[in-house]
Amino acid sequence: MIQTVTYDATFDGLLTVVFTVYELKLKDIVIQKQHQQQQVLFGEVLYVMSDKDKADRVWKKLKEKTKNKATYKLYAAFLSETQGVENIILQAVQYILASKENVGLDYGHPAVLKISKLAKSVGREKHRMEAFVRFKLTKDGVYFAVVSPDFDVLSLISNHFKNRYADQQWIIYDWKRNYGLFYDLHKVEVIHLEFNSNFDPTQTSDEIFAPIELEFQQLWKDYFKSTNIESRKNTKLHIQHVPKRYWKYLSEKQP
Amino acid sequence: MSFDRIQEKLKILADAAKYDVSCSSSGSNRKNKNKGLGDASKSGICHTYTQDGRCVSLLKILLTNHCIFDCAYCVTRSSNDIKRAAFKVQEVVDLTLNFYRRNYIEGLFLSSGIFKNADYTMERLVAVAKKLRLEENFNGYIHLKSIPGASDELMREAGLYADRLSVNIEIPTKQGLKLLAPDKNQADFLKPMQKVKNEIIQYQSERKIIKSTPKYAPAGQSTQMIVGATGENDLQIMKTSNFLYKKYGMKRVYYSGYIPISHDHRLPQIGTPVPVMRENRLYQTDWLYRFYGFDIDEIVNEQHQFLDLDIDPKLSWALRNLHEFPVDVNKADKRMLARIPGVGMTSVAKILQARKHRNLNWEHLKKLGIALNRAQYFMTCASSKFERKDLTAHQIKGLIQQQSTSKYRSNFNNQLSLFGA
Ligand code: SF4
Repeated sequence: MIQTVTYDATFDGLLTVVFTVYELKLKDIVIQKQHQQQQVLFGEVLYVMSDKDKADRVWKKLKEKTKNKATYKLYAAFLSETQGVENIILQAVQYILASKENVGLDYGHPAVLKISKLAKSVGREKHRMEAFVRFKLTKDGVYFAVVSPDFDVLSLISNHFKNRYADQQWIIYDWKRNYGLFYDLHKVEVIHLEFNSNFDPTQTSDEIFAPIELEFQQLWKDYFKSTNIESRKNTKLHIQHVPKRYWKYLSEKQP
Repeated sequence: MSFDRIQEKLKILADAAKYDVSCSSSGSNRKNKNKGLGDASKSGICHTYTQDGRCVSLLKILLTNHCIFDCAYCVTRSSNDIKRAAFKVQEVVDLTLNFYRRNYIEGLFLSSGIFKNADYTMERLVAVAKKLRLEENFNGYIHLKSIPGASDELMREAGLYADRLSVNIEIPTKQGLKLLAPDKNQADFLKPMQKVKNEIIQYQSERKIIKSTPKYAPAGQSTQMIVGATGENDLQIMKTSNFLYKKYGMKRVYYSGYIPISHDHRLPQIGTPVPVMRENRLYQTDWLYRFYGFDIDEIVNEQHQFLDLDIDPKLSWALRNLHEFPVDVNKADKRMLARIPGVGMTSVAKILQARKHRNLNWEHLKKLGIALNRAQYFMTCASSKFERKDLTAHQIKGLIQQQSTSKYRSNFNNQLSLFGA
């Protein structure tokens, strides 16, 4: 019989599930996020509570068995939020832990290959966010950006922005997932913000943003226009690099 | 700063700068210092793309488009009747910082027309970079154009603040240069290249002894050649390119399809299509030389002075050298794997990794994402199926072209009409 195991949707939670699978010698399970759990007709649902200590033990073991690159991929694949990714991660982990050799990058194994593909998509999204974040200067002197990434990548871009924009306060807010990162010149924190119902993240209202903000957006738009060489025009290639779903937050793409 | 004036200057001076195709912001390793602004990462970031699909990673502008020279292929030439403008040093600094803080750019690419003389111009370019580094603690990427004929002292200073320096040689042959840019001579280009190269070598050796030796142009130097302006062939272009890589340790040579901008009878007329496909083939060749272990004369030589436009240079080489194939993917060394058409360096790495665990067959290779529609004609694997062994080069080429609904197809047809007409 297939058993359903649920967890709190965090990565530590999932690692705790892995720990539990070994501890209770579970077989044939389906892992689901607690809040997404579907009705089960037969059998019971086991809820595994996130346990930092157990999670760390699994993670440490994995790091011993394989390279950082492979463990990074497991984490990145998790951030893809793909339906069923938990089971694929479990399979890959079981394969890695069961093998004598380091097989974390053995793409001949279906789960490892799948993980690698998911991680690649997530990696691409990470790079896109590093590129497409557009800060706008608020009246309080904070550089504020809104994004809606395909995958949950904020944790992956945090260091990049912290290192780069060390001397300015900034916020990068994930509109889809309703949380953000706030850098206060010392450290980065996860924050949740309440927005007025009339707040439109694609606009630059003068209530919130500094007067010079629109000037620089205009200059940037002008600059973007100037870079174009009409006789080389290639819209297909352009859209391939900057897919339309990202345009709404890109200053240079505003009318 | 007055918004309207800046806006007008930016329009003029960005427009004049766009013909320099280099927009790379990679290859540096500048860290954020003392909680200042910015860093320059190893791989660089494209923050957006132009309508023609080129990477935008730097604020690329001229300091001024006043110029005392009259190079026929350049919009900024003195005889051209256009609006002229000049930025002040502070204006460039402000624009750079404000664009950077909004995550629009990786840094600045500053070039200039030559006003008064080479040193006078170079001095101002250096002043911008110096101000950004020393007064603003800016650690983002800076690319400065070296002005041909600039003094060694200025070139030395430039490298202390810039990540990359470049002089565009623009015209690949001496005769072409004489014809189109009579004010310039080759020695003036080569002098700053030589100086930068020497400084980099010196920096690297001092750095071994004294860790704190100030950085000198950590992203090296680059140059650009215009393609299709003077009737030169691909062999001449790649030879010049190869010379520049070897002699001056260039990080990159860029190839820029000539964009007709004047009615000068010495040049292709306005309306002539930009040779985009040819440019692409030159980049592929450059790539094969820099990363795939090919020698330039394996690809272009006296017998093959032009690159094929309808197939890429690696495939073209393979078809001329069928005796080197098929390659056994389970045994071949890295060098030979990299020579299989359809197998890029990422695929090579994947193959090397995957074959540690098992002998690879077609199914495995497909799963790894190898472009088998090309590669299958040139390799064997742990599978008895290799039925292509008796095909001629001509047949293989036909089969591959049939299968590839190549994105270059339509492009290529465009270009063919060029020769047909
Ligand atoms: S010197 Fe440079 S800017 Fe002046 S005309 Fe020649 S190529 Fe153009």
